[in-house]
Amino acid sequence: MSAIRLSPAAAILRHGVLVLTSAFILVPFVWMVSLSLKSPGEIFRATFSVLPAQFYGVDNYAKAITSVPLPRYMGNGLLVCALILAAQILVCAPAAYALAKLKFWGRDFIFAMVLVGLLLPHQVLSLPLFILCYKLDILNTYLALVIPYVVSPFGIFLFRQFFKKIPNDIVHAARLDGLCELAIVWKIMVPMALPAVIAFSIFSVVAHWNDLFWPLIAVRDGNLMPAPLGIMAFKNEEAGNDYGPLMAASTLVVAPLLIAFLAAQKWFVEGMTGGSVK
Amino acid sequence: MSGITIRNIRKSFGATRVLHDVSLSIADGEFLTLLGPSGCGKSTLLRILAGLEVQDTGSIEIGGRVVDGVRPKRRDVAMVFQSYALYPHMSVAANIALPLRMRRLSRAQRLPLIGRWLPGSGPVISGIEMEVSRTAEALGIAHLLNRKPGQLSGGQRQRVAVGRAMVRHPAVFLMDEPLSNLDAKLRVQMRTEIKDLHRRLGVTFVYVTHDQAEAMTLSDRVVVMRDGEMLQVAPPQEIYADPNDIRVAEFLGSPKINMVDATMREPGLVDLAGSALSVACEIAPGSKFTVGIRPEAFQFAEHSGPGVITGSVRMVEHMGSDLFVYFDPSGLEQPLIARLSAERTHIVAGQTLHVSVRSDQLLVFDRDGRRVRARDVSSAHSSTPAREWAR
Ligand SMILES: Nc1ncnc2c1ncn2[C@@H]1O[C@H](COP(=O)(O)OP(=O)(O)OP(=O)(O)O)[C@@H](O)[C@H]1O
Ligand SMILES: [Mg+2]
Repeated sequence: MSAIRLSPAAAILRHGVLVLTSAFILVPFVWMVSLSLKSPGEIFRATFSVLPAQFYGVDNYAKAITSVPLPRYMGNGLLVCALILAAQILVCAPAAYALAKLKFWGRDFIFAMVLVGLLLPHQVLSLPLFILCYKLDILNTYLALVIPYVVSPFGIFLFRQFFKKIPNDIVHAARLDGLCELAIVWKIMVPMALPAVIAFSIFSVVAHWNDLFWPLIAVRDGNLMPAPLGIMAFKNEEAGNDYGPLMAASTLVVAPLLIAFLAAQKWFVEGMTGGSVK
Repeated sequence: MSGITIRNIRKSFGATRVLHDVSLSIADGEFLTLLGPSGCGKSTLLRILAGLEVQDTGSIEIGGRVVDGVRPKRRDVAMVFQSYALYPHMSVAANIALPLRMRRLSRAQRLPLIGRWLPGSGPVISGIEMEVSRTAEALGIAHLLNRKPGQLSGGQRQRVAVGRAMVRHPAVFLMDEPLSNLDAKLRVQMRTEIKDLHRRLGVTFVYVTHDQAEAMTLSDRVVVMRDGEMLQVAPPQEIYADPNDIRVAEFLGSPKINMVDATMREPGLVDLAGSALSVACEIAPGSKFTVGIRPEAFQFAEHSGPGVITGSVRMVEHMGSDLFVYFDPSGLEQPLIARLSAERTHIVAGQTLHVSVRSDQLLVFDRDGRRVRARDVSSAHSSTPAREWAR
């Protein structure tokens, strides 16, 4: 890639486009962080500056943490995300292994169903899922937040593509070495597909950490609310206009994701582009 | 006691028939090689022996026990794969230890971190570690135990794969082209090491290759396979000198055996490449057949005469001690190749060459490619299918 040298004009154009698109994506975040540091009066001033004229950050963040149970919301989010991710990997890895390496009647049909599942937006299923949770009597519990996401077609698909690239000889060797099929999944396939597992984990955590739609339907108890729902509650309680603390809360909610992504960026890219199993 | 008996194995993948009725019996401690071109079903047969693939019909016995339907790990066989199939995320030591851990430790004892501290697992684990290091020592890879397979050379990986197979002392070793990924020099070296290994362990080896030199140097017996059939099962010298089938004769030997169409002139005398040669087999006069002559069966002759083939030299290849001489006898479209000693003769392209052949060095094949042996009147006998040659 580095072998291709662009002419200066092309380089400027290319970097211009990149800067513009990343600015487009980053501006709201910068704005959010900036607002979280400003006093209420400054927020509604007509002029805009990135840095606050008067540093109000401590008050805003203190208010964000104390006036609503934000740590509690984030703890809920963490618990729910962890449960979902664990359950998803527990379900997806063996399913993907079966689809990639075992021969059985109807395998291709089942895989086609997985692809169909991949195409359906989760929101489409919310009504049936709500009824299901009602019948199971788990509405307004952590379980209601976890159960609908346990089977992830995306995870099955991603893992299957990775497992398929692992040579059959490795599976054969493992069988001869005495591993049972589940041991092959957990001791051989998953470690070999680690980039995919990490990439999937990031996707899953981001999606469910930020999820607002389903928690809004499934829980009403403030003690169970994950962070985005908590922020909404915040807004309601504070009569809607206290943007400084609200933005501080939002920043606090987004921060763990940013940190996690930056830490795992290498695997994330590798997992998405595939081809890393040799 | 771990001989293998293979009875009437058939296997198809969808519409492609890969193995047709293969039967064979392998003695305890024998080194048997499956030799054949790519795609003839060697690996498939090996995988069926290991239990990794299920045959359509037929049965397999290992050590006197019918193992059809027995899981791979309970068959007491170990396999070395062409691609080595090492676990890339585990160290060399962990790769070699895995078969022992799976067999000697309970499920709980195998748990990461805590398994080691469960009652009873300490001595077992240190026993495993000892055996792993002993195996690594024997294969000369003791200094590599902490590396990952990705950090090893091809030859080192091959040794790790062998180590993982031998560490649990299987009754049968299956090897699927273990040397095919190595360079020529290393291949020769590993060949002797595998031979040594067989001598030391004394267990049954089934070895797959498409390299005739490997088959010839390693084996007690060679099975020549073609398109899912066994053409001949015999010791290496016999396979080379006394092939059953024209395809066996053509597969072995380098340069390739000369195949010449010939006609029987009168009993005991055959018209071949413009001269009359005597042959020992009795074929009806006038019938056509094919004669195979190994390049080294030709002898330099000073003059033409009875039993001497004459032709003009097309090309000479110097191979050090030998010459490969390509010459065109009258009436043949293809040149014949003779392998002559380089010391006694000086031959250049364009000259006329006389060569003689001993009659017992002529390999006679009938129209169907089956061997007609000396004084072998009934061609029915010579058409014995390969499986009756199997012991
Ligand atoms: N799982 C499979 N599905 C379909 N066809 C297969 C399968 N495995 C093998 N075959 C086919 O069976 C035939 C024999 O394959 P096999 O691997 O036994 O050949 P081989 O003799 O080992 O060849 P090579 O020397 O190239 O390894 C080939 O034509 C191959 O395409
Ligand atoms: Mg093969």
